[in-house]
Amino acid sequence: MKKQTITVIAASALTTIVVIIGFILLMPTIGPRYLHPLMMGNQPVAADLDTSTSVLSDTGLFRVSYSSDPIPPPLNQIHTWTIHIETADGKPVEQAVITVNGGMPQHGHGLPTSPEVTQDLGNGDYRVEGMKFQMPGWWEVRFNIAANGQNDNVTFNFILE
Amino acid sequence: MKRVYLIVGGVILAAAAIAFWVQGRQTSWSEADAAMLQSLWIGNLPALPPDPSNDFADNPEAAKFGQKLFFDTRFSSNGEVACTTCHLPELMFTDGLPLANGVGTTTRKTMSIVGTAYSPWLFWDGRKDSQWAQALGPMESPVEHGGTRTQYAHLINEVYRTDYESMFGTLPDFSDRTRFPDVAGPVADTDASTAWEAMAPEDRDTVTQVYVNMGKAIAAYERLIMPGPSRFDKYVKALLNDDKAAMQSALTNDEVAGLRLFVGRAECTKCHNGPLFTNNDFHNTGVPAANGLPADDGRASGVQEVINDEFNCLSQWSDAGDNDCAELRFVTSTGEQLEAAFKPPTLRNVAETGPYMHAGQYATLAEVLQHYNHPPLASVGHSELEPLGLTATELVQLEAFLRTLSGPLNVPPELLQAPR
Repeated sequence: MKKQTITVIAASALTTIVVIIGFILLMPTIGPRYLHPLMMGNQPVAADLDTSTSVLSDTGLFRVSYSSDPIPPPLNQIHTWTIHIETADGKPVEQAVITVNGGMPQHGHGLPTSPEVTQDLGNGDYRVEGMKFQMPGWWEVRFNIAANGQNDNVTFNFILE
Repeated sequence: MKRVYLIVGGVILAAAAIAFWVQGRQTSWSEADAAMLQSLWIGNLPALPPDPSNDFADNPEAAKFGQKLFFDTRFSSNGEVACTTCHLPELMFTDGLPLANGVGTTTRKTMSIVGTAYSPWLFWDGRKDSQWAQALGPMESPVEHGGTRTQYAHLINEVYRTDYESMFGTLPDFSDRTRFPDVAGPVADTDASTAWEAMAPEDRDTVTQVYVNMGKAIAAYERLIMPGPSRFDKYVKALLNDDKAAMQSALTNDEVAGLRLFVGRAECTKCHNGPLFTNNDFHNTGVPAANGLPADDGRASGVQEVINDEFNCLSQWSDAGDNDCAELRFVTSTGEQLEAAFKPPTLRNVAETGPYMHAGQYATLAEVLQHYNHPPLASVGHSELEPLGLTATELVQLEAFLRTLSGPLNVPPELLQAPR
């Protein structure tokens, strides 16, 4: 082979080896800091995240609103929500059977407690006890509502500071 | 010549720019980060939450009586173990050991009681839901105080009758030793538990009521044990006052860098949040089992124990109303996230409260931070941790920050020693 070709091949091989070794050595630092978030596909918080306290359910059957006591939901304190459920055209939904769950989409974990609706306050109002948020960040709270032979889900988002 | 001036001038300008930038890093925080710092600040600690399960929780006389009990070694099978045996006031109410030594040795590290009035759950696994119920646990544990409640009732009768009766009313007549044996209680020792089972139910209740009142008095004392301000708190106070000079005298540059990591890339505030630097919830961080000890499933067992606890918020011995016990009523009792999940202790005074983790697995803060930086897979359950990619310098800075959380207790000195 020509001397020049050997030089080029040797240089390329050396560069490749250096890059590979450098990659292996730097991986413990670069990996978690840059690549890991990319690979894990953590859901970023959408810029237009809907954090309103009044939301239409998934198939449009119910309009649901909530208020927490205290406002805003506190960090690390067990507290109560009151939710109000109406049909899409504004009639209060009575005697609904409601279950609660939720979690933090970015961390992949659920609620730290098992909240329940403990009182049907009438006129479409329901008391939900046992709400608790033990970390700051983006929380989802989901209610499944069964009423009048129909069933739907509603999701509230909020950012706990 | 001109070129030299240009180069020198450029170097001086660059140095000045870097100096300003470094200085700015010490004192400049984004609005979101400043809000996070304020949430960690001791000035943000809310008033002590009421304990509806304990009618005597805020009673100063009960606290005085509770302090006497806390320091009294006669409340043990060998007369040598008091609460202070493991909860030494001079060591932030811990003992500096990986496992605790009472009449025997425990399988978990002593937790500090400082600031625990704010926690809905007590012990690493949360198996008690009030400070008074927690205080009664070690007293009948075969490896801690090793005693029984009838022994303690007799002792109260003989030594603390006046104190007890001024708080809790007339003590029953315990003189009949066939009805009230010297040693009887629902404990591991079979002689004692047989004697307990042989007692009449109303006599057992009489003894248990005295035992419960002891716990409530001890809890009234423990509620007063609170952390005081640290250099970190001085820094945040200075930040809130926009006093850059005070900020710079409170923390060094390395400590501030560590603080930035703490609230940022090291993700510590996921669990170590709030003014007590703990969310008092349960997390699996893949801490390896201690040498020679069986695998510890933490909250998974602890939650079942608290639900079935003789002294929980919903029990007959609690003073709470039916609507009070929200934490217990809505507790999550199933799920993989409870496996080997443990309660993060407060990080206040963490430099003084080693070794670290539920069986003292790590002797130094450096080892703890290595664990978080390169987390091992959990041997039980699923660890919440992910590798952090922090450099050696960053780990040193993070440790330096943790040391700034030390401060004297916010407690009158007479509460930190045996009462006269």
